[in-house]
Amino acid sequence: MSNPFTSARGNLGRTAAAHAILIAYTILALYPVFLILINSVKQRRAIFNDPLALPTAETFDPIGFQTVLEQGNFLLYFQNSLIVTVASLFFVLLFGAMAAFALAEYRFRGNLLMGLYLALGIMIPIRLGTVAILEIMVAAGLVNTLTSLVLVYTAQGLPLAVFILSEFMRQVSDDLKNAARIDGLSEYRIFFTIALPLVRPAMATVAVFTMIPIWNDLWFPLILAPGEATKTLTLGSQIFLGQYVTDWNAVLAALSLAIFPVVVLYLIFSRQLIRGITKGAVK
Amino acid sequence: MGQLKLENACKSFGSVDVIRDVNLEVQDGEFCVFVGPSGCGKSTLLRMIAGLEDITSGDILIDGQLVNTTPPSQREIAMVFQSYALYPHLNVRDNMGLGLKQAGQPKAEIATAVDRAAGMLDLQNYLTRRPGELSGGQRQRVAIGRAIVRKPKLFLFDEPLSNLDAALRVQTRIEIANLHRELGATMIYVTHDQVEAMTLADRIVVLRDGRIEQVGAPMELYNNPANEFVAGFIGSPKMNFLNAGALGAAGKSVGIRPEHIQLATEGDGIAGRVSHVEHLGGETLVYVKADPHGLVTVRLFGEHSYAVNDQVIMRPDMARAFYFDDNGQRLHPAPA
Ligand SMILES: Nc1ncnc2c1ncn2[C@@H]1O[C@H](COP(=O)(O)OP(=O)(O)OP(=O)(O)O)[C@@H](O)[C@H]1O
Ligand SMILES: [Mg+2]
Repeated sequence: MSNPFTSARGNLGRTAAAHAILIAYTILALYPVFLILINSVKQRRAIFNDPLALPTAETFDPIGFQTVLEQGNFLLYFQNSLIVTVASLFFVLLFGAMAAFALAEYRFRGNLLMGLYLALGIMIPIRLGTVAILEIMVAAGLVNTLTSLVLVYTAQGLPLAVFILSEFMRQVSDDLKNAARIDGLSEYRIFFTIALPLVRPAMATVAVFTMIPIWNDLWFPLILAPGEATKTLTLGSQIFLGQYVTDWNAVLAALSLAIFPVVVLYLIFSRQLIRGITKGAVK
Repeated sequence: MGQLKLENACKSFGSVDVIRDVNLEVQDGEFCVFVGPSGCGKSTLLRMIAGLEDITSGDILIDGQLVNTTPPSQREIAMVFQSYALYPHLNVRDNMGLGLKQAGQPKAEIATAVDRAAGMLDLQNYLTRRPGELSGGQRQRVAIGRAIVRKPKLFLFDEPLSNLDAALRVQTRIEIANLHRELGATMIYVTHDQVEAMTLADRIVVLRDGRIEQVGAPMELYNNPANEFVAGFIGSPKMNFLNAGALGAAGKSVGIRPEHIQLATEGDGIAGRVSHVEHLGGETLVYVKADPHGLVTVRLFGEHSYAVNDQVIMRPDMARAFYFDDNGQRLHPAPA
């Protein structure tokens, strides 16, 4: 891949300016995270006295992490969040890509309408349907199960996934798919072995956009799965936020821990973003 | 064996008729070239033969067997695309062998077939590379190799050389011609390129708006075009169409090829003014403006020193002229 900075050789000033802006933005974006991390290992008093200070030998106190790990079923919450997020992500990407492939590849009556219908969900927040969703889950006996959350999040993530992916699916070379048809590959093989790898960068983008709201959601866990066994991390952390007293050490520690899976997943996807740039297929 | 027959083949996309009532027979071992202006339906017709597009009405027969509803992989055809269309995740060997693998051929047989094809195309040293690690010419050879490996009844080429640079195009064109001789296979080839069509074809099919205008050997089309469209389409530079009335001939226009006009500075003939000259070394193209004929192209062999704005006299070889009526149809016999 050609790098705009190396091609504009000798243009050091512009490179420096661009980097300065990017670095400034990075600092700005990461500073709150940094604050959470440093304050999570400080004494309660130190947090309030000087929230911007780094922890010193005197102010260092891992009490927050102790509370979090001892109180509540933190590991269980963590596991619940991870299961819900990964499972929803898997279904959103799988079904989203399949729908996108069908919309982009096959000419059928109502193709355009179907595409619009599937994209409608982008504009209508799924929370509007909370009452109906709850009724359905009650009727299906899925209240207080992780399944209910996975189902809701899959529905929530699909519209954007279909919308973005169908645009990319359209760019997969027709000749390539036709060559595969002549070689006798089934439509499923064409989808999985040819189309999917070529839209991997788009899949990674969709994954990132889908993952964050699911991981952070408080609404549906609170309504559909508030039971102790199915609490997610975000919901579980709420016990530290009281109406009168808030255990800031614990809250900050819980937040710090909650950041890591997201970062790990993000790193995986961002590597895909780069690796997915396949060339040599066509032209 | 590899014989193709199209009977009243039609194709519509919605209400748009793209292929209209095409009847064509391609004999075993024949090299058949489809030419026509952009959008006339060449690729669509090829894809219909391959089975990648359904046929709206009519019949397609390969070796006498009706294949209207046979899926592409079972028509025993192979196709080479303009965009190479190699599988990016497979190396050259697997790219070429995938068709046979899908057909359930034993590994050893696939390897032999791939090695043989690679040998024919000088690809032995690249078998473990991915398409991304090959040059454009090598990629197109891999695509051709992938077609050979399948031992198809019909080879279908859709503008396989248009992505290559001029030198490589000549070389690959010769390779395809050699391949046709060696394999003796039936080939159907779509191109925009005059030279490719004239040099490769046993028979050329000229299409316009989804209809066949004329079918014939290259020289037959050159020497005996059925109508104004074919006359103008075959041959490069394009045939001149002179005003028949001004020449005292019947019909609407008189077609005369650029190579069949002599230039002089005085005497009888069509007077005109040089508006542009192109020196190509071996030949010189002189564009002459002459009322009421418009711009007339004259192709002279060797070097000539005409300059813009020179007054010249054109002397067409009227024995080689073609006469067309108001509908663009040839007038037979040529009016006296
Ligand atoms: N999927 C489709 N839906 C609707 N119209 C189509 C479709 N595919 C092709 N067409 C139309 O059919 C006509 C013929 O297309 P085709 O690709 O066969 O032309 P072509 O002769 O191969 O042109 P070119 O020389 O530019 O490749 C065009 O007018 C095109 O717009
Ligand atoms: Mg075409």
